[in-house]
Amino acid sequence: MNKVLLRVEGLRTFFFTRKGVVKAVDGVSFYVREGETFGLVGESACGKTVTALSILRLLPEPAGQIVGGKIILDGTNLLELHKNEMRKYRGKVISMILQDPMTSLNPVYTVGDQIAESVRLHQGLHDEKVEEEVISALRLLKIPSPEVIMRDYPFQLSGGMRQRAVGAIAMSCHPRLLIADEPTTALDATIQAQYIALFKDIQKKTNVAIMFITHDFGVVANMCHRVGVMYAGKIIETATTREIFKAPKHPYTSALMNSVPRLDQKGERLYSIKGQPPSLRDLPPGCRFFPRCPVAEDICHQQEPSEVEISQGHFVSCWRVK
Amino acid sequence: MATTKVIDWDKVKSGTRQKRIFSNLTFIIPSAVLLFLILTAIFAPLLAPYPYDQISMPDRLMPPFFISGGTTAHLLGTDNIGRDVLSRVIYGAQISLSISLIVIAITSSIGTVVGIISGYTGGRTDAFLMRVTDISLAFPPILVALLLAATLGPGYWTVVLAISLLGWAPYARLIRGEALKLREADFVAQARIIGASPMRIMVRHIFPNIINPLIIMVTLSVGMVILTEAILSYLGAGIPPPAASWGNMVNDGRNLIDSAWWISFFPGLAIGFVVMAGNFLGDWLRDKLDPKLRQI
Amino acid sequence: MADVLLEGRDLTKHYPITKGLLQRIVGWVRAVDGISFTIERGKTLSLVGESGAGKTTTAKAVLLQEKLTSGTIFFEGKDLSHFSPSQLKTEYRPRLGSVQQNPWSSMDPRMKVRDIIAEPLVVNTKQTKQQIRSRVPELLEQVGLSAEHAENYPHEFSGGQRQRIAVARAMALNPSLVVLDEPVSALDVSIRAQIMNLLKDLQEQYNLSYLVIAHNLATVRYMSHTVAIMYLGQIMEYGEAEELFERPLHPYTKALISASLLTLPEDEDKGVKKIILSGEMPSPLNPPSGCRFHTRCTEAVPECGQTIPPLRDVGGGHKVACNKA
Repeated sequence: MNKVLLRVEGLRTFFFTRKGVVKAVDGVSFYVREGETFGLVGESACGKTVTALSILRLLPEPAGQIVGGKIILDGTNLLELHKNEMRKYRGKVISMILQDPMTSLNPVYTVGDQIAESVRLHQGLHDEKVEEEVISALRLLKIPSPEVIMRDYPFQLSGGMRQRAVGAIAMSCHPRLLIADEPTTALDATIQAQYIALFKDIQKKTNVAIMFITHDFGVVANMCHRVGVMYAGKIIETATTREIFKAPKHPYTSALMNSVPRLDQKGERLYSIKGQPPSLRDLPPGCRFFPRCPVAEDICHQQEPSEVEISQGHFVSCWRVK
Repeated sequence: MATTKVIDWDKVKSGTRQKRIFSNLTFIIPSAVLLFLILTAIFAPLLAPYPYDQISMPDRLMPPFFISGGTTAHLLGTDNIGRDVLSRVIYGAQISLSISLIVIAITSSIGTVVGIISGYTGGRTDAFLMRVTDISLAFPPILVALLLAATLGPGYWTVVLAISLLGWAPYARLIRGEALKLREADFVAQARIIGASPMRIMVRHIFPNIINPLIIMVTLSVGMVILTEAILSYLGAGIPPPAASWGNMVNDGRNLIDSAWWISFFPGLAIGFVVMAGNFLGDWLRDKLDPKLRQI
Repeated sequence: MADVLLEGRDLTKHYPITKGLLQRIVGWVRAVDGISFTIERGKTLSLVGESGAGKTTTAKAVLLQEKLTSGTIFFEGKDLSHFSPSQLKTEYRPRLGSVQQNPWSSMDPRMKVRDIIAEPLVVNTKQTKQQIRSRVPELLEQVGLSAEHAENYPHEFSGGQRQRIAVARAMALNPSLVVLDEPVSALDVSIRAQIMNLLKDLQEQYNLSYLVIAHNLATVRYMSHTVAIMYLGQIMEYGEAEELFERPLHPYTKALISASLLTLPEDEDKGVKKIILSGEMPSPLNPPSGCRFHTRCTEAVPECGQTIPPLRDVGGGHKVACNKA
């Protein structure tokens, strides 16, 4: 078993707005091992992106504040670091890939220049060495003819290539943790398959730990070793990928899976979860999924369930699961 | 698990509150100034202590009341033929603000229509209209106004015509840009799919969605127009005497700046206030109406 | 005999590329290159493919938003090119509805919901304001919203609710055919099921035909009766949804299915291999010779690069354009 690289404990991130406090992340705990991919699954506004931004301490201030918890990377609590020390981590130890490559890449600089910027910033190398690193980053992402591509501008590349360029920038300084926020959502199915296969390969080569944020269970199945399902700012179930597909325990997890059509299943009527995710500003008491839960009981309305480990490595927060 | 950061809520909340108060002030003060001036213009006959053209040679060149030699009978002093400066500034508001309103009404209407048609229709219509706009923008506005005044003789409507003749072009430019963006919007494509005519789309879909930049431009124009009128009057091509416009008052006092500075100063101050108020308000609106936030 | 509502025959759309002062034509973007399909009354045809395949262009042609370079569209057996503009306005357009992908930009933010839904009626019928206003509550209720929502603005609703409003608008004229361009891909996963179920219910209730553009195969399988797999402007495989997904014949279809299937770790243990295509879809400016897919095909043989294989019927309406099938 690989050792644990990142451990998040009780993370709470709130946004202070004119209309009230938005509890975007409210007590989230999980861990990611080296060489492993942890998937953070959930729908929009469940808090997954805010979790990622909290780890990198890149929240929009002053509205966004981390109000509690620990983020321990290889023994160091990132939340106790000074701003300048934290900056050294970004790009070098922790890297992030976002969904839209078009806005992640600067249109007026070549791809090579953008990778080089990261390399120079963190490794302080001389020019020839920098070029070597750039080419090796491009090769890692299996970009053909790297010497040519590095002189290209983003608009000259196709969508898939751009996403790889973004990946090259992220991996150029050999980070230990890569956070990927919905990187495949905008990609076509066959390109997505390529991309996932590529990252699995990269992970084998570099032993990087990956935190993969997505709403797509298909991607989770393909890419992740372990999964955390988020709803309304909390992780309601954590398990290995095998476990979560074989035996999902939280009603939201199973409802979500049943509402997604599967290509290998004939068209039975899809289950649709009634209602909508709650506003994170005025949360009802009790379990956050209560208003939409098909199997809710009275206690669900009164008290928030605590996390229970029902089998090795499988955690659930639900009153119905003992 | 202990918390790792102690957040000073009050500091965070007061910080944002301070920003909000500041933002509100940059709206309240300019609006109050403009409102005050508009009311002054409307109620001029009631507010002005004297008629604007009352000549009184014995009282000429009296300084404002707070300077030795002045009296409270003429709070801001008198000009070189004894007319009360305060009254003329008050009546001047009527002329300056009314010209401003009329000119803006004309230029924004023409400019918006040209801009929307040009931007939405595209093709040859767009090319033609833009060339006309470019030509308008190429002419120096003051020179054209002077020419017009020389040809038609100075007067209220000459000034209006002079400023409007070229004043619509910047609006056309701006609105065309907005219309171009909107042309590609999904909801406009939807209207086309439904079978809506170009006219309907321009009126019902494009126009309501360009109101925001239009309002901002209108607000910023108020100061510009008043300034232009003042320049024209200063150059002798504006409102002729005995009418009081801030511009021709500044002109009247031009040669007496070192001895009777108040004749030019107070109308000049009024111009300054309006221009600043218009600019501040326009900037505030531009920030408030950021497309990512709500609209009016 | 199948009741065909709309038929497309050899539809082609090429965009010219011009260069220079005199605008000489130097090339063509072959967005759609000779596709044929039929949509039956009360049934759904899905055009599936990745971006650049030509599906949106085809949908736009059906909606009269693009002029075809060649090919014919038949509506209820009649050739659309023989319709005069006023006939199109009175006999074709009112029979269509359209739902776009992005519920945030497909509605005028300045209009109330009631006006948004009523607009097709205002533009296409001579009904009075009263009559139109009275239609709006029923349309809203039909899509699961309440009549009071008519007075609100789009930004006051969630993505799923907006898409419902879009459906209500599409239904305003009692259409026979609704064109849906990626109707659920911009929505949250748990909301998609709500909208897909709504669409299926409406189809049954009103015997609606749907032309769906989609790239998510699972959604397509759930919603469709007939499927056309498109690649670079041509149809690679065409047939009944069940048949096509159970017995895919074209290598591209197989690759798409492989990419879309949920493969769990245990499947990998069992040796279920994923088909990973190399490279990306070439540009429609310069499509490959012969079969357009041959450059990425794992089963290609030399002749695939020479002649374009025709779309052959292999039985029961299942058609495939492949030398190896």
